Amino acid sequence: MPNIQQLEDLTTQVRRDILRMVHKVNSGHPGGSLGCAEFFVSLYNEIMETKDGFDMDGIGEDLFFLSNGHISPVFYSVLARAGYFPVDELNTFRLIDSRLQGHPTTHEGLPGVRVASGSLGQGMSVAIGAAETKKLNNDKHLVYSLHGDGELQEGQNWEAIMYAAGNKIDNLISTIDVNGQQIDGATHNVLPLGNLRAKFEAFGWTVLEIKNGNNIEAILKGMAEAKTMTGKGKPVCVLLQTVMGNGVDFMMHTHAWHGKAPNDEQLEIGLAQNPETLGDY
Amino acid sequence: MKTYTNTGNKDTRSGFGAGLTELGKTNENVVALCADLTGSLKMDEFKANHPERFFQVGIAEANMIGIAAGMTIGGKIPFTGTFANFSTGRVYDQIRQSVAYSDKNVKICASHAGVTLGEDGATHQILEDIGLMKMLPGMTVINTCDYNQTKAATLAIAKHHGPVYLRFGRPKVANFTPENGDFEIGKAVKLTDGNDVTIVATGHLVWEALEAAKALHEEGIGAEVINIHTIKPLDDNAILDSVSKTGCVVTAEEHNYLGGLGESVARVLALHQPTPQEFVATNDTFGESGTPAQLMDKYGLNSSAIEKAVKKVLKRK
Repeated sequence: MPNIQQLEDLTTQVRRDILRMVHKVNSGHPGGSLGCAEFFVSLYNEIMETKDGFDMDGIGEDLFFLSNGHISPVFYSVLARAGYFPVDELNTFRLIDSRLQGHPTTHEGLPGVRVASGSLGQGMSVAIGAAETKKLNNDKHLVYSLHGDGELQEGQNWEAIMYAAGNKIDNLISTIDVNGQQIDGATHNVLPLGNLRAKFEAFGWTVLEIKNGNNIEAILKGMAEAKTMTGKGKPVCVLLQTVMGNGVDFMMHTHAWHGKAPNDEQLEIGLAQNPETLGDY
Repeated sequence: MKTYTNTGNKDTRSGFGAGLTELGKTNENVVALCADLTGSLKMDEFKANHPERFFQVGIAEANMIGIAAGMTIGGKIPFTGTFANFSTGRVYDQIRQSVAYSDKNVKICASHAGVTLGEDGATHQILEDIGLMKMLPGMTVINTCDYNQTKAATLAIAKHHGPVYLRFGRPKVANFTPENGDFEIGKAVKLTDGNDVTIVATGHLVWEALEAAKALHEEGIGAEVINIHTIKPLDDNAILDSVSKTGCVVTAEEHNYLGGLGESVARVLALHQPTPQEFVATNDTFGESGTPAQLMDKYGLNSSAIEKAVKKVLKRK
């Protein structure tokens, strides 16, 4: 059984990392990062089967693709704290000559990243390709991907969604971060997404919802269930309902902190709400 | 003057298909993806031989490029196939981020390039693709001249690690390079020796350049024809060696002069050896419907256009 308290402590530390990273360079995307902290911590510490070390091909292990690359702070923090690269390197986020680019990339050779993302809507296609190769290689491990809900406004996703069902990509679990927010406001005001469950089901996917996507136990339970749905001829979609900015009260339930860094005072408030657990970088 | 024999007109796309068929038998990591143009790309044989390694993605080119990028993770070598227009402009950002910036070993194979696809008209013709692709860091750009060379290039790019754009076409054109010849990426091929003018040509214009050289030879003008199959990385030395002898150059390509081979050559010359140059290329225009021969004539992309350009550039020496 996973130790929930340990995962929660790690999540608290990840939140501190996110806040400190974006504060230092006065740029980056804290809102979506905070909203997905529990998911990333659960994914990398409990859900995925990964090998020690990192190689690009990832044969014999589960793979993860982040499509909404702007939430790089949470990705970097969780990768570093899972041992992919030194935690101290979080200090270099968005600085010149860093491997921790504003949006994740393979270009600088950062362990844990297998494709560049940032220009939205491309990650599901890439994940499908990796899943196809796993099938060709007779590699039974799974491919995971994460996408923003607003990101589904990009048409390429629907090409990918159609392909995955039509070609029985049943070793893929694509999670949608349903936080209802995007840069210009609430998704229902910018461009309504409609009923995502009905849409994915209509395209031929198995859909599972995690109502409290900021609760580690709910995530573990939901993702375990999602795993049981793989290998049955259909791709699996998880609708993960999260709160943007979760864990920092003044950042929650608003799009205002999508791409804005806290100032000194706001940082202190945010950190006070998330006391140090595993040690700051 | 060295002359070349046309062993029979063939389409370059069939050279691609033949190369892919051979790769299917010799390299189990090669996979092929197509966006509903399997017959047009001559991928049928690969599909029939290796259905498990052939991926029909439907009319969804962006998804095809992304899937290809993902398939490299785990060691596959994906060859994507569609028309040049849909292989480049339509999916530029997917190639830029998921393939080029991510350094994925994807081979983007593009048929029906230029105006010579003919009657379909400008929506399906593209004269900007070389420029689009050569601007991407790390992208290798190849434009082959005949069936044999396209087959050889298809085999060669499977051995090269990194993203490649391979451009070929639909019309049946002279097949004159050696059967089963070597193909060295980035290495120009000097076809004729001459002291008066260098003709640097790519793709379908290489045969036209040879025809022009023959006619010029009869007028006492010695043209050195260089077949540039790889536009990036460009064989700078081959060009510089030749123009240091001839003192002038004509570039010839089935592409807009903006962004094409000619501009790449001009940069090399400007940096190392400023030399009079004339451009045989389209003049910042879209194509239109017509037969390939009519279009090549109307848009100044044939041997007579090259001859005219040679006479013009000779006066500027």
